[in-house]
Amino acid sequence: MEIYGKTVEELFVNAAFAIGDLMTDLQNVEVTRARRIVAEGTDWEDLLVNYLREALYLFNGEGLLLGDYAIIEIDPRHVVGEARGEPFDPDRHRINTEIKAVTYHQALVRETETGWIGRVVFDV
Amino acid sequence: MSEIRLEKIDEYRWMIPPVGGMRVPGIIYSSEELIREMGTDESPKQVANVAHLPGIVKYSLAMPDMHWGYGFPIGGVAAFDMEEGVISPGGVGYDINCGCRLVTTRLSLDDIRDCLQYLVVALFRDIPTGVGSKGVLKLSVKEEKNVLEKGAKWAVDQGYGAPDDLEATEDRGRMEGADPEKVSTKALERGREQLGTLGSGNHFLEIEVVEEIFDEAVAVAFGLEKDQIAILIHSGSRGLGYQVCDDYLAKMVKHVGDLGFPLPDKQLSCAYLRSNQGRDYLSAMACAANYAWANRQMLMHWTGETFERVLHKSPREIGMRLLYDVCHNIAKIETFTVDENPPSPPLEKGGKGGFFGKGGLGGFSDERQVKLCVHRKGATRAFPPGHPSLPGRYLKVGQPILIPGDMGTGSYVLVGTEKAFKDTFGSTCHGAGRVMSRNQATRASSGRSIAKEMAKRGIIVMATGKGTLREEMPEAYKNLDQVVQVVHEAGISKKVARLRSLGCIKG
Repeated sequence: MEIYGKTVEELFVNAAFAIGDLMTDLQNVEVTRARRIVAEGTDWEDLLVNYLREALYLFNGEGLLLGDYAIIEIDPRHVVGEARGEPFDPDRHRINTEIKAVTYHQALVRETETGWIGRVVFDV
Repeated sequence: MSEIRLEKIDEYRWMIPPVGGMRVPGIIYSSEELIREMGTDESPKQVANVAHLPGIVKYSLAMPDMHWGYGFPIGGVAAFDMEEGVISPGGVGYDINCGCRLVTTRLSLDDIRDCLQYLVVALFRDIPTGVGSKGVLKLSVKEEKNVLEKGAKWAVDQGYGAPDDLEATEDRGRMEGADPEKVSTKALERGREQLGTLGSGNHFLEIEVVEEIFDEAVAVAFGLEKDQIAILIHSGSRGLGYQVCDDYLAKMVKHVGDLGFPLPDKQLSCAYLRSNQGRDYLSAMACAANYAWANRQMLMHWTGETFERVLHKSPREIGMRLLYDVCHNIAKIETFTVDENPPSPPLEKGGKGGFFGKGGLGGFSDERQVKLCVHRKGATRAFPPGHPSLPGRYLKVGQPILIPGDMGTGSYVLVGTEKAFKDTFGSTCHGAGRVMSRNQATRASSGRSIAKEMAKRGIIVMATGKGTLREEMPEAYKNLDQVVQVVHEAGISKKVARLRSLGCIKG
């Protein structure tokens, strides 16, 4: 998956949003819960992978479907963000694609003249 | 194909000569046709990448069902020296101890023909399947840790099955060295409600009929006969195993930077087996392996209950019996005999009985017994007759090997051989192997009803996930007969029986 953002914050938000968007129809997801996402990394790629891991765990571990993300603070080794959504309800939500893991395969984050570009491969 | 040079050794083996940072050659078991079909698949490059890892012994191997994976290829086998070698979570895979168990019955096809549909529907109703499916249990953390330590025995102690089942499970369903303290809170949390669930993706539970027997004597020892009904269960360690892999990958990506050797791919991150990091992963991996064995034990028990509800006969009355349970995503410490002084030059082709030396791994001169850590990622153990790890009833014939196919085909039962022990660290293939990614399969099956196509072929399939059947359509996989023929002809396992699918439930 390739992700773009005008800023690095937007890149991270868009990448996390893509997880929820691939998994389900986010229009059916209401905002009733909020969770903080904190991750560390050795560089931007590592940070993005670790941030997405935490975001994915909120579904795989806590059963939350999330579609609304914000970044509170970020530098190449550290990110704090927030995610909002609601618990997965099999009667109202349909899982289109299961994302099982975020991998390091060909992970990439680059700043370009027009913004930021990222690439992440999910295990589905 | 990737820019990797493949040199044909014989009809069923290709070598990747060691270049650059490769410490040993790569050897791929395949056939002309399967090599051709591989197309642009990058897995040969991954075989070469694995050969870069420190302490790798003899060669980086791949089985004929090889296809692209994260880090290691699926179908990859690599053994590492306990002192100089490494352990890599990517060499085991995300679904730790994903595996199969085959349950035989005394029923014949005629006995269930009229109620097959009921059986499949009832299994689909009774066995939890699908993404994030929850089981009937919600374990306390304390109880979950018991599962992680005891494996299938925990399930048997709780009344799911009988002690005899443990005899017929690889490692008796319990891997040594499991330490739940090495498993993260996140992994424990993911595992609490998923024990006794099939999962999604390629996992399935299938009713099959024995269609053909290839080796009568071994089939008798395995309790297999033509027209017999059997049940194949394919599942793993669920979210817990995924989280263990993910946690330790993250740790090792950090750790490997300090070790001073370059890695061609971050997904190959690893730690020395002798290090604390390496030992911790092995302890956590053993926990996930044990969880998977308990999981399959419970799935089998519930399958018996469902058959009883539909047929009004107890599992005992229909002769349900676990033939064997194998894992195909695992790293294990096993003892082999290694020829200390391979003939010079060491890469000479041929050699009687093995690629290196007179007897390959099990040579008869200058040999010594060594413990190695064998990674099997999408590969199955294939131990020969007489190996002390085999249950008594299979000691004379060798280890049963279960090879699941795609849902339209069925499966094979093979038996382990001395040649596998000598040449492939006692390993063989694990399934058909994908030729299309899930996305490609979904696109290629656009507008088709796979369930209807299967029904036309006489196979009833039911799945929870909307896209599962399309992702798992038969064309997405290699031809199982071709894959099995390679390992049979190459002698790293022998065909015993072929089973045909009748009904299948998926996640």
